[in-house]
Amino acid sequence: MGGENKPELIVNGKRLDGRMPDELRPIRIMTNVIKNADGSAYIEWGDNKIICGVYGPKEALPKHTGNPERAVVKCRYQMAPFSSLEDHGRTGPNRRAHEISKVTKEVFENAILLEQFPGNAIEIYIEVLQSDGGTRAAGITCAAVALATSGIPMRDVPFAVSVGKVGNTLILDMNKIEDNYSDADVPICISPRTGEILLLQMDGNITREEFSTIVAMIKKAGEKIGKIQRDALKAPYEAISERYKR
Amino acid sequence: MTNGAITGEFIKELLSKGAREFGRGFNDYRRVVLSTGVIPHAEGSAECFIGNTRVLVGVKLAVSEPLPDKPHEGDIRTAAEMLPLASPDYEPGPPSPESIELARVVDRGIRAAGMIDTKSLFIEEGKVWSVFIDIYVLNFDGNLFDACTLAGVAALLDCRMPAYKDGKEDHENTVGKLKVTGMVTSSTFAKIGDKIVLDPDATEEKNAMDARVTVATDENLIRAMQKGGRGAFTAEEMDRIIQLTFEKSKDLRKIVKEAVGE
Repeated sequence: MGGENKPELIVNGKRLDGRMPDELRPIRIMTNVIKNADGSAYIEWGDNKIICGVYGPKEALPKHTGNPERAVVKCRYQMAPFSSLEDHGRTGPNRRAHEISKVTKEVFENAILLEQFPGNAIEIYIEVLQSDGGTRAAGITCAAVALATSGIPMRDVPFAVSVGKVGNTLILDMNKIEDNYSDADVPICISPRTGEILLLQMDGNITREEFSTIVAMIKKAGEKIGKIQRDALKAPYEAISERYKR
Repeated sequence: MTNGAITGEFIKELLSKGAREFGRGFNDYRRVVLSTGVIPHAEGSAECFIGNTRVLVGVKLAVSEPLPDKPHEGDIRTAAEMLPLASPDYEPGPPSPESIELARVVDRGIRAAGMIDTKSLFIEEGKVWSVFIDIYVLNFDGNLFDACTLAGVAALLDCRMPAYKDGKEDHENTVGKLKVTGMVTSSTFAKIGDKIVLDPDATEEKNAMDARVTVATDENLIRAMQKGGRGAFTAEEMDRIIQLTFEKSKDLRKIVKEAVGE
């Protein structure tokens, strides 16, 4: 948190990239971007570029990784070594990536109707090609769409976004520089149908009241993010029906 | 039904009657025992029992080269070992996602609360102290997060500074204590069905728990949070959990203070 040479993150009520405190970065989602995968999606969220592929349900191998009562979810989040504006990252998942993979897996264990596929595995691969803060949230939002395109039955299409704190201002959807110098970072994933929290992480400092405000901000942002997810899912079918009209 | 499922049903049935195994209330901790200085060779150490959960934390300091982007700051490195002797479910091998998560959540609480000023770990140009916080899980009976945070914090408060002379550290001679400010504690809650209980034990975690959330606070502020598991929490449930965490933190802080002899 913080550090030397901290830049002014909010000037005249506006953020460094010109956004208002409760404004999302532009989000664009495309589906069916990987031919071999059973489901896939690509998201551009601000300067983040993330591609996600889903395989399954397929037999859980090795056998002992399977569960006779329900499907297991295997998830790997990874950042490409060239993804950051800073140093060359190391190849392969680090400790941070392992943790994100685990909490992401838990989100989709909730969202997918696993009981329908005992002994099977559903694999979710999230590859961060370019990163600019908020990649775990963007990755989850993208993976939810990829899963939906695969036809794997789900309770809901979850979304995630983070809220940060700069001084006394809560800001939605932090980019990398905001993340580096903020006083708190609270990524949350919500199942919009029930409003339940599927992922919650936080570090920094916030009060109980601020936490309530943060959840409300995230739910509100979810209306926009959810629409982008649904539009992305509908787009290929709309293209077909357009062609049919003509 | 498997044994686990039967136990899980039993736990849920108890909860639906407002009861919990061993006559415990929904918002009660098991007995917490914390002691420091248990490994005199380490610069700082502490052992924490929560019921039958037993964890040991040792802190060592080592002279190292600073990170290139932070030339005048030391660093903190936290690792957790879920030792195979601690549970029939643990196996030898590389760190599991569970142990990585455990170490990182404990680390985040300590960092976010600003307990260690990394700038105070600067020695001279090109030399800084690294603080190694090593968590050893010796017996698993649920709620590792709170036990490890308590032991980690107590071990830091117990930590002495090795002497430094001519580019070398001297662990046998010490120069006062590690500078530590403030104190973070955490409370972990399990969601079982539509019930929420504090300090789940291994039986509850393994057979009945749908989701888990850990909230780390100091006196006034939330410093770290982490949700785990397949289940979910509502915003209202989280608000209540945060309130309870602040209440419980008063007792936990007292336990830490007593353990470090303040």
